[in-house]
Amino acid sequence: MELTKLTALELGERLRSGEVSQAEALAAARARIDACQGETRAFLTVLDDPAPAPDLAASPLAGVPMAYKDNICTRGVRTTCASKILGDFAPPYDATVVERLTAAGAVSLGKLNLDEFAMGSTTETSFYGPVRNPWDLTRVPGGSSGGAAAAVAAGMVWYAIGSDTGGSIRQPAAYCGVTGMKPTYGTVSRYGLIAYASSLDQMGPIARSAADCAAVLDLMQGKDRRDATSLDVPAGSLLASLTGDLRGKKIGIPADCFGEGLDGEVRAAVLAAAQVLKGRGAQLEEFSLPIMEYVVPAYYIIACAEASSNLSRFDGVKYGWRAEGYEDLTDLYNRTRTEGFGSEVKRRILLGTFVLSTGYYDAYYKKALQVKAVIKEAFDRAFEQYDLLLLPVSPTTAPRLGESLSDPLKMYLSDIYTVSVNLAGLPGLSMPCGFDSQGMPIGAQLVGPALGDAAVLNAAHAYQLDTDWHTRSPSLKGGDGK
Amino acid sequence: MKITTEMVDYISTLSRLKLPPEEKERMTGELEQIVSYMDILNRLDTSGVEPMSHVFPVKNVMRSDEVEPSADRAELLKNAPVPDEEAFLVPRTVE
Repeated sequence: MELTKLTALELGERLRSGEVSQAEALAAARARIDACQGETRAFLTVLDDPAPAPDLAASPLAGVPMAYKDNICTRGVRTTCASKILGDFAPPYDATVVERLTAAGAVSLGKLNLDEFAMGSTTETSFYGPVRNPWDLTRVPGGSSGGAAAAVAAGMVWYAIGSDTGGSIRQPAAYCGVTGMKPTYGTVSRYGLIAYASSLDQMGPIARSAADCAAVLDLMQGKDRRDATSLDVPAGSLLASLTGDLRGKKIGIPADCFGEGLDGEVRAAVLAAAQVLKGRGAQLEEFSLPIMEYVVPAYYIIACAEASSNLSRFDGVKYGWRAEGYEDLTDLYNRTRTEGFGSEVKRRILLGTFVLSTGYYDAYYKKALQVKAVIKEAFDRAFEQYDLLLLPVSPTTAPRLGESLSDPLKMYLSDIYTVSVNLAGLPGLSMPCGFDSQGMPIGAQLVGPALGDAAVLNAAHAYQLDTDWHTRSPSLKGGDGK
Repeated sequence: MKITTEMVDYISTLSRLKLPPEEKERMTGELEQIVSYMDILNRLDTSGVEPMSHVFPVKNVMRSDEVEPSADRAELLKNAPVPDEEAFLVPRTVE
């Protein structure tokens, strides 16, 4: 068995038993990075000298090579958000998740490409160039954690940490045939995650299985005094709670998520996944979640409003890049921001400034916050009836490079199945559930009630006990793969 | 909702952005398309619904005020585009 095909937990176990050495694991990852980085451009920074060998007893994942999305602060390691404006910014501190994972023996191999400031659904808005999907290099890997999903799919790392504001972990995981989890808002500290939309941002794992995701979350979760929105959840109990038993669990299937606009092959694969869950003891029931047409506009109003405020800190003064040829301080700000931000980021800053401006605040921003309350209530009602919900991750499989950028509104609409989960603060997971006729991976999404992360992971684990979609890997760079 | 170039000029000033004419024209059209689509929200009657800024009722998060070292100035200044030994440098703002 090739090392790069193991799950993170399997590799961790072999490292602890001494069957595989740390040097062998690193060499395997490095060989895969050397082979695949040129074609996928999943990494923005590859670390030549990873941290010294960790204490292998620190956690089940100690010693397992991994990487971080490049909007997560890593002390002394360039952190770009895939934006020109951050230049060669090297944070003077580690994000809380980096501190926690490092203490648990994580070995970081570098920083992963993303849509600029995590704004995009394809990883094409990266200033450093797009990531390409390891399953088909003419297609996007999804976004914004496209580098993270591509790196795990290609076997360059065993797991990656991404961030998800409106689907940015789940959608690229679906497009790349890997498993990704956005935990309940507040269960993972956001300290050190460069903010896009603070009320929606949440970090989580992208890995090869739900069990791996549970193991990673066990190491990341927990209250942090540096993030006042972090919740007091017990850490370290998710992996141990996986039983694969779904007997007596009621899974709701929102009919509104399977109608017009959903690709037929995606629909068929997700509904087939429902039957597998039924086979493990779950009861399925269709129901109505009549909010779907409002979720995308509400999301983009709120996310852009928060982005316009959060991104005001990038001014060419304190860190990052500064434009040249300025005449005075205002001109310095204007030139640095106009030349330093890409089109999509500027579009969202302007949109956010518009919905917050005098005369439009009530009609757009306040309205969106009211709609958010309606959306949360609709989910609350659904979870009075059901333990979990099953829906698609994205209306289609991965589009070809260049197809989405020309029409921003069309790209926003493709986020329809993921954004509501962020608005309601819920845990959501994307798992591979098949391939379309083009050979591209399809993802199914499980959503749980707030703090129902363990139930979501357990259902995905149950599914993966009976299926092998998550074990498939792309045949990138001849010989290695299927 | 009609978005005019004057509106884009105004929100650009608020955002500290100064788009070149071609980008401004394109952005005006795109913003109008996106904002018009967002008007769908008006189909939903939200009268009497309290705006929700945060999904969980977490408020007044307190912690003890413990003294600890703050970040090192020299280390912070290393990331500044134009620093001297003790400060960020910007163009003169007061004549």
